Amino acid sequence: MTSVEGLLVCEQDSQRTLSPYVTGTSVIGIKYKDGILMTADMGGSYGSTLRYKSVERMKSIGKHSLLGASGEISDFQEILRYLDELIKYDDMWDDGNSFGPKEIHNYLTRIMYNRRNKFDPLWNSLVLGGVKNGQKYLGTVSMIGVHFEDNHVATGFGNHLARPILRDEWKEDLSYEDAVKLLEKCMRVLLYRDRSAINKLQVAKITEEGVTISQPYSLKTFWGFNAFQNPSKGAEGTW
Amino acid sequence: MFRNQYDTDVTTWSPQGRLFQVEYAMEAVKQGSAAIGLRSKTHIVLASVNKANSELSSHQKKIFKVDDHIGVAIAGLTADGRVLSRYLRSECINYSFTYESPLPVGRLVVQLADKAQVCTQRSWKRPYGVGLLVAGLDESGAHLYYNCPSGNYFEYQAFAIGSRSQAAKTYLERKFESFMDSSREDLIKDALFAIKETLQGEKLTSSICTVAVVGVEEPFHILDQKTIQELIESFEIREEEVADQGAAMQEQSPEAAPMDI
Amino acid sequence: MARFSPYDNNGGTCVAIAGADYCVIAADTRMSTGYSILTRDYSKICKLADKCLLASSGFQADVRALQKVLSSRHLVYQHQHNKQMSCPAMGQLLSNTLYYKRFFPYYAFNVLGGLDSEGKGCVFTYDAVGSYERVGYSSQGSGSTLIMPVLDNQLKSPSPLLLPAKDAVTPLLENEAVDLVKDVFASAAERDIYTGDRVEIVIVNAEGIRREYIELRKD
Repeated sequence: MTSVEGLLVCEQDSQRTLSPYVTGTSVIGIKYKDGILMTADMGGSYGSTLRYKSVERMKSIGKHSLLGASGEISDFQEILRYLDELIKYDDMWDDGNSFGPKEIHNYLTRIMYNRRNKFDPLWNSLVLGGVKNGQKYLGTVSMIGVHFEDNHVATGFGNHLARPILRDEWKEDLSYEDAVKLLEKCMRVLLYRDRSAINKLQVAKITEEGVTISQPYSLKTFWGFNAFQNPSKGAEGTW
Repeated sequence: MFRNQYDTDVTTWSPQGRLFQVEYAMEAVKQGSAAIGLRSKTHIVLASVNKANSELSSHQKKIFKVDDHIGVAIAGLTADGRVLSRYLRSECINYSFTYESPLPVGRLVVQLADKAQVCTQRSWKRPYGVGLLVAGLDESGAHLYYNCPSGNYFEYQAFAIGSRSQAAKTYLERKFESFMDSSREDLIKDALFAIKETLQGEKLTSSICTVAVVGVEEPFHILDQKTIQELIESFEIREEEVADQGAAMQEQSPEAAPMDI
Repeated sequence: MARFSPYDNNGGTCVAIAGADYCVIAADTRMSTGYSILTRDYSKICKLADKCLLASSGFQADVRALQKVLSSRHLVYQHQHNKQMSCPAMGQLLSNTLYYKRFFPYYAFNVLGGLDSEGKGCVFTYDAVGSYERVGYSSQGSGSTLIMPVLDNQLKSPSPLLLPAKDAVTPLLENEAVDLVKDVFASAAERDIYTGDRVEIVIVNAEGIRREYIELRKD
């Protein structure tokens, strides 16, 4: 291969996401009595460096949907631009019809799958929740287009650490308070065990009335365990 | 000899502000055999008259299924109608591929109208010579639209297009106020009666008409000939009965209000 | 460093058995990735026509895309021909659709089951790039290595080399076939971690379509 060709190939390659730069960690979503609750922390990691501390990873989409994302933050913000356009053109018809969460989820799935077909993926796992016409909807899409609906979903580490808790404790008609408690329990476990999770999070709610995303807040933690305070005790000869 | 100077291409205005080519296309709609549509809150019925070109030939198909929730009836150039139906079908399929939900009827109609409009503004094109009655059901309820070669579209409670459609329109105008709460069966009945009006005394049989229904829990479908024939016969019998009863009533109380005309 | 891979294996097992006047199509409802379960209730069976169902496992995004392509193509077919596609026609369409992506394949392992135009049960079995065969029974997916030999043993189809050719349909009654399906899935779920949670069994016969579910191991 000549160097000129090599340069061209490099230029083409640099147009694709081969690995993510700034990433967000888990998102958790659950159904509850009146709609959907979702939570995510606000960290943006640059590899293992905590690069950003106030990234909003949950946004409302149109009137009936809420989108949460983990993975590449810039790709998520690009997706938000796509959806803003979609919603704008939907509203412009001004005919009383509007996209519900199911339509948005399917649209996102098509986008994610199309990009993976071009070997140019959007490096995210997305959670989409919503309520329309009394129907609750909660689904997820991965960066290669794998998608499904469930009563509770979680991305990344959340799938390993939060979903076992949710499978134990989730119920169909959780009250708002109990649902938030359950989500906080999951987030606390993630905070302790997921290196890139940070203690600054938001909880978002979507019901028939609309979307509310909470102010950032932190969870009470306890780091006073012996093993935490003196990790090398009982392992003599190590550092 | 008088000759219209302003009708040789679509894009030339007449000094009166008319586009003759577009108007001629609309004439083509009037010359096609009639199609009618009417709707209630939950159902829409389309019906059309089938005229065979010759004794030896069959008639052309004038009602097309577009999707489970949408269908069209056409009058005018059936060849153009088929092209547009194919367009409507592919739009519906594409939409449900992307969103896994049915395309709202109003939006499809606007897309169709825009497509027709383009043909009125391009020198190398000609307007579609076909009128379409688009019947559909979506989130916002039952709809009936009329799409015109000019690119205009209108929503109707009930409408008729094609040759001698004025007679059907008169019938529908007389009765439309009750359509909103009509049952499915009554809509079909009114559709058949409206079709009958356009026949000018010719006997209504299932072989010269097509009827299609779409409604809540009822995907768009064309009724088969046997069903239509049975309906026609049952309506005719009942019509006679009603006529008899009406006559009897008249005898008993001559003061009774005359039937609305 | 994480490298991009366009494929994943979401697991799952599919089985179909053709009888003289019925067809049983079954698949578990677990969807996994690696050692994690994504969901316990995802149907792998797609109804393509009144008498034609497709069960597929492999990479879920490809499977769903494939199902959507086939459904759309079937809509076009219905508009053009005013009837539903027959099961053998759908079988050929599926083969063509898979082969069309021969050099960037759908990572999907399919079993197509239903009734042919004579009302006889039919099963078509595929590889990911579209080679296919009409058979009397088949199994595909992560548990197929556990199930296929059992089906071979229980259903012994006549040799395809026999002349004149004998029908490949199984001699079992409908309910016997359903019971066999339940047994093979319960067995596969014991050893295959990608098979479990629930089996969805669809039975197609002259009366129409019937569904049954049985629970499987959840671990």
